[in-house]
Amino acid sequence: MSAEFPTVTQHAGEIEPGQSLWQDAWHRLRRNKMALIGAVFVALLAIACFVTPLVAPGAYEKTNLALGAAAPSHAHWLGTDILGRDMLSRILYGGCISLSVGLAATLVSVLIGVLYGAISGYVGGRLDVILMRIVDIVYSLPFVVFVILILVVFGRNIVLLFMAIGAVSWLDMARIVRGQVMSLKKQEFVEAAVALGLRKRRIILRHMIPNVLGIVAIYATLIVPSVMLLEAFLSFLGLGVQAPMSSWGTLINDGRKSMEEYPWLLIYPSLFFSLTLFSLNFLGDGLRDALDVRASKD
Amino acid sequence: MDYAMRSMCARPRIDMPLLEVTNLRTSFHTRHGIVRAVNDVSFAIEKGDTLGIVGESGSGKSVTCYSLMRLIPEPPGKIEGGTARFDGIDLLQASPEQLRKIRGKRISMIFQDPMTSLNPYLRISEQLIEPLLIHEKISRADALKRGIAALEEVGVPDAAKRIRSYPHEFSGGMRQRVMIAMALITKPELLIADEPTTALDVTVQAQILDLVKKMQRELGMAVIWITHDLGVVAGFCRRVQVMYGGRIMERAATEELFQQTAHPYTRALQKSIPALQPKGAALYTIPGMPPDLSRKIDGCPFAPRCEFVQEQCGQPVELKNIAPDHATACVRVQKGEINLKTNERQ
Repeated sequence: MSAEFPTVTQHAGEIEPGQSLWQDAWHRLRRNKMALIGAVFVALLAIACFVTPLVAPGAYEKTNLALGAAAPSHAHWLGTDILGRDMLSRILYGGCISLSVGLAATLVSVLIGVLYGAISGYVGGRLDVILMRIVDIVYSLPFVVFVILILVVFGRNIVLLFMAIGAVSWLDMARIVRGQVMSLKKQEFVEAAVALGLRKRRIILRHMIPNVLGIVAIYATLIVPSVMLLEAFLSFLGLGVQAPMSSWGTLINDGRKSMEEYPWLLIYPSLFFSLTLFSLNFLGDGLRDALDVRASKD
Repeated sequence: MDYAMRSMCARPRIDMPLLEVTNLRTSFHTRHGIVRAVNDVSFAIEKGDTLGIVGESGSGKSVTCYSLMRLIPEPPGKIEGGTARFDGIDLLQASPEQLRKIRGKRISMIFQDPMTSLNPYLRISEQLIEPLLIHEKISRADALKRGIAALEEVGVPDAAKRIRSYPHEFSGGMRQRVMIAMALITKPELLIADEPTTALDVTVQAQILDLVKKMQRELGMAVIWITHDLGVVAGFCRRVQVMYGGRIMERAATEELFQQTAHPYTRALQKSIPALQPKGAALYTIPGMPPDLSRKIDGCPFAPRCEFVQEQCGQPVELKNIAPDHATACVRVQKGEINLKTNERQ
């Protein structure tokens, strides 16, 4: 059969077929040192944060009033706070909360935002107008007041905090995804999919969403730090997690109060927080470069 | 008796064409006014036949076929009127559910640009078997087997392995082969090919043409081939219709169109094929510009560029048969005032 139609020489042999654009992007990402360092740092920190409660449960709330606020030493690498609690444990515990908030809220925002944006962008017309006006309305509500209101009405609760932050952070995601989908919609493969008799739902789920996931991944890595900042801010205002639990926001807030006498109480949590934000931003940047379609060979 | 009568009425008559389009009108409502992209177009195609639709950019040839598949984006596009009967169903009035059952199953389409008509994030296998999975009751494993067979059929080497590739790992010609395999995997009755060879280089063009010819022989399907290349039409289509300004100018069997040309526009198109002209002759170009379709054109749309134009060309024109299965929209040819048959060569 194929003898009848001589085939165009492919770059067969060079590359094993089945290299997806994702794998391509992964290769490019691996060449970006800063992004890689960022990813490794976040990964190690996350492991440390989530393992600490299992290895040393309760360490963060064990007080040692006799010790008081001690400077970093062999026993307490990052010192202790005013109540004599080990700072390293508290920071790692706090990281657990902060990272969870970041991840959970990002997950919520990705789930809602991507579906909402994809439907709005693909279906278009009147539905698009209605959905986008809803986004505009929610967007115009003062963001922080909205979260504070939720927390005041329903009481302080970590799960609620996750939900509240997630509920407001999907708006940008929805807008970005909608824009992407609208431009994708004009591509021939979508037309081809319609011509093949596919349903809207299948086109959105199988053809639209995989194509926007690159952008979504980039944006998600940028949402994580912004959500963590928001959590820190709310905790700073006293609306976040409650003592004796800690998050990086509350630790920084506590440290601020005594920064002249015991600077390590402010410096170390801030350092962890900043480094994490840095890493996530570098990772996001690297992802953007790696997933940039124009940069990929074609 | 009564039962027999009814069953006879319900079935389409044997001599009924596979697809019959009558008075199709499609327009686009833009800021600059209404663009009448397709203006009162009627044609039919029989089972297993090949029909070429030729015309320059903006002649309405693609919009005609997109209208049939209801792929016109609405708004701004709008199908203003007409019918398109396919096996007793009017495609222009069909419900979304009816349309879905026809698209990709009974009528398939291949597109101009193979580089963008495959989803870059899905493996070829996924996209190739998609029409099978939605239109037929078939297991994934069986669908994959048929996918590999279909790829082999269209001349993709090492199909069992290559089916796991992603689109960017294929060249343009290979992708168009995949598109053809995808369009034909459900054994459609009608294939609409929208300039599928335009984006490919010449040697690959010929391969793709041969491939579609071969597949047509095997499956016995009808093909509508949209192109701006009269040369492609000559080698492939049994019948041709020439479109200009959203209307059909001339329709005839291919050989007759070339030898008994009955419309000045068709003549002009033929004269612009360099290969048909003596060596060294200046390239012929049709003077003037294609018509602005946002303005209402009453008479012959080609009149402003026509060397045989007369006052009567401003009157409404109609496609009329001048011989069995040979129709022209040129009033002067219909009246026998001009004769384009003498193939004088400059």
